[in-house]
Amino acid sequence: MMRAILLCLSLLMAMPAWAVQPDEILPDPALESRARDLSRQLRCPVCQGESIDDSNAPISRDLRLYVRERLVAGDTDQQAIDAVVDRYGEFVLFEPRASGMNWVLWLAGPVMALTALLIGWVFLRSRRMRNETPPEDLTEAERERLNSIMRD
Amino acid sequence: MIAEIGHFTLILAFALAIFQTVVPLVGAHKGWTSWIESARPAALAQFGLVTISFIALTIAFVTSDFSVALVFNNSHTDKPMLYKISGVWGNHEGSMLLWVLILALFGAAAALFDPNLPPKLRARALAVQASVGAAFYAFIIFTSNPFARFAVAPFNGRDLNPLLQDPGLAFHPPFLYLGYVGLSMAFSFAVAALIEGRVDAAWARWVRPWTLSAWVFLTIGIALGSWWAYYELGWGGFWFWDPVENASFMPWLLAAALLHSAIVVEKREVLKSWTILLAIMAFGFSLIGTFIVRSGIITSVHSFASDPERGTFILMILAFFVGGALVLYAWRANAMQAKGLFAPVSREGALVINNILLAVSAFVVFVGTVWPLIAEMGWGARLSVGPPFFNKAFTPFMVVLAIILPVGAILPWKRGNLRRAMRPLRGALVFGGAVAVLVFAVSTGNSGLAVVGAGLGSWLIAGSVADLWLRTGNSGWPRLLRLPRADWGKAVAHAGLGVTFIGVSLLMAWELEDIRVAEVGDTFPVGRYQVTLTGVEDVQGPNYLSTVATMQVARDGRQITTLYPEKRVYPVQAMPTTEAAIRSGPFRDIYLVIGDPQPGGGWAVRSYIKPFAFWIWLGSGLMSLGGLISLTDRRYRVAAGARRAAPAARPTPAE
Repeated sequence: MMRAILLCLSLLMAMPAWAVQPDEILPDPALESRARDLSRQLRCPVCQGESIDDSNAPISRDLRLYVRERLVAGDTDQQAIDAVVDRYGEFVLFEPRASGMNWVLWLAGPVMALTALLIGWVFLRSRRMRNETPPEDLTEAERERLNSIMRD
Repeated sequence: MIAEIGHFTLILAFALAIFQTVVPLVGAHKGWTSWIESARPAALAQFGLVTISFIALTIAFVTSDFSVALVFNNSHTDKPMLYKISGVWGNHEGSMLLWVLILALFGAAAALFDPNLPPKLRARALAVQASVGAAFYAFIIFTSNPFARFAVAPFNGRDLNPLLQDPGLAFHPPFLYLGYVGLSMAFSFAVAALIEGRVDAAWARWVRPWTLSAWVFLTIGIALGSWWAYYELGWGGFWFWDPVENASFMPWLLAAALLHSAIVVEKREVLKSWTILLAIMAFGFSLIGTFIVRSGIITSVHSFASDPERGTFILMILAFFVGGALVLYAWRANAMQAKGLFAPVSREGALVINNILLAVSAFVVFVGTVWPLIAEMGWGARLSVGPPFFNKAFTPFMVVLAIILPVGAILPWKRGNLRRAMRPLRGALVFGGAVAVLVFAVSTGNSGLAVVGAGLGSWLIAGSVADLWLRTGNSGWPRLLRLPRADWGKAVAHAGLGVTFIGVSLLMAWELEDIRVAEVGDTFPVGRYQVTLTGVEDVQGPNYLSTVATMQVARDGRQITTLYPEKRVYPVQAMPTTEAAIRSGPFRDIYLVIGDPQPGGGWAVRSYIKPFAFWIWLGSGLMSLGGLISLTDRRYRVAAGARRAAPAARPTPAE
């Protein structure tokens, strides 16, 4: 969890400032909501476990302001993120790019799921009963008898 | 003196654990009864010794004995009593002492309960349990002695981290540890069964209560942690996919898989070797969790009590036990022959899918958690894996799980028919669909998550009701109360999962946030509510200074409540905390936070409306309750152990 705050705060004892400040918010609600979405995907470079959206570190405030600056200047979301990555490296991305070795990370789940399903299927087949026809529904007479037994 | 007694009894417990590892194991091998029988008193005595040791440390904390280094570092005379006690485990050394205490507690419980447990199996399981204990005693005694003294006692302590001075967090670690360590019992039974080379229905029935209680404790522990995060950290986040959270979540997923696969072993004597493997992996992940938390190897802000040397030690423990168990498994797994036959569409088949989904999702969490480490060691890349990745990679498994769950829960054993199984679920399907449509109709914008989550959640809840109803047969509701407790437990736990689904998805999709500067006297709208900041004053607490705001919340001009959010500063550690004020309701929480005074006058104020937040913890509570109800089922209470008759007696399916 986020005892994140611990680390950040111990660094920042002098000036606690809680996450997004009122003065950062853009007047245009659409732009602001884009900025919030982006800042949730970016990691605070000094507090490690937190997004810049939740973080209280001054550098996170700088990054939040920088992202907003880029959006106001007309960047797309991707361009704004790229601009931050250019400065701070891929470390700030909470969602690693699906490129290079990271493909292994992204494909690990689906590949494992398919493998497991395959093994599971082979196992299920090995346990399968030879007679595949499902049992018929009870006849009316049988059902009546069953009910009378159940009532007892 | 008291600290020395604690240290001494800890060393005695270590010696006794070594005895308890060796003697019963040899005895069971040679068939020497007295050696076999020595396991039970040893387990009880070992528990007694660790308890004395733990009490000694607690006394040192309660009496603020600052000559003990640990107390100096984590306590203060002004601290309220509750946090003096919780301070015992609010640090590395003390938490490891709690870990071995719980390990010994489970060992003692296994020694006492279940008179029908075969003596050899019990002796072997207790020996394995003691060997895990011995490793951790060595870890504590050689790397993290909680009883180290100063020559000259300091005048006062450094206080416990203020964030940890909270009732939710005071009990979060003990529950989590009860869960982690409870899985050691399943592990010990699995290894004992491997040594014996025999796994049968009776074995599964012994393992299931331990797994179930471990899972219940883990559920409570994780829920407490996330609830704490929700109200304490000041923005209402409840899950962050942080490595340390994942460390508790992976064993939870695997324990859930294990307790389902143990049902299949118990009822049908198939999936045996898989269940053994799961038991090993579930505890393995508990050890990995301990390793992640205690070593700080994956840079996480949690590791305030970390140290690489200790990490290496735990890694060795992990390698020895998991590696050793897996080697034993590879050697012995063939001895476990599956008995029952079944069609792919059947309860067994559904539980296989359940296990695949839970195990693979745990694997996904694992890969995501260690990926930054792999990337850094492998090709020197520094990168992060966080919530956006996990939300994308993990959620699909839970969606599929929720779609299948009600159907699988209703399918008969051996051989089922999908169309017939769906018949009693038609109502649930309609209900889930209707909720999804309703949610779609009332939500705007980002509604996909809300629609899917709420629809699936309702499907799960209604499916559980349908399942219970089906079990009553034609006899109606009087029969409902006489159903086996296991059936009730299952339905309650599954419905709880549905409730959590609804809570998580609606909270994430519909949350409202308002951040602004407010002067005293200002009124501003948040959603359909009007919030007024009526005053801000400074208050002196027992060991902190607080800025308390008074905020009134109204709706349509009608006063609803007055809330008092706080901002505290703990002078000893010079650290501020936010104490959000929350008005909890069944369908929404009003969540207010007071921030800093602004240069131009006024205060930074954050207001949130968090719909259905309560449902997340209500659902977790229901899941734990379901587990508890299931634990009280007759077949675990009465003569649960009687070994089933010879395999030939099992009815073979009609050919």
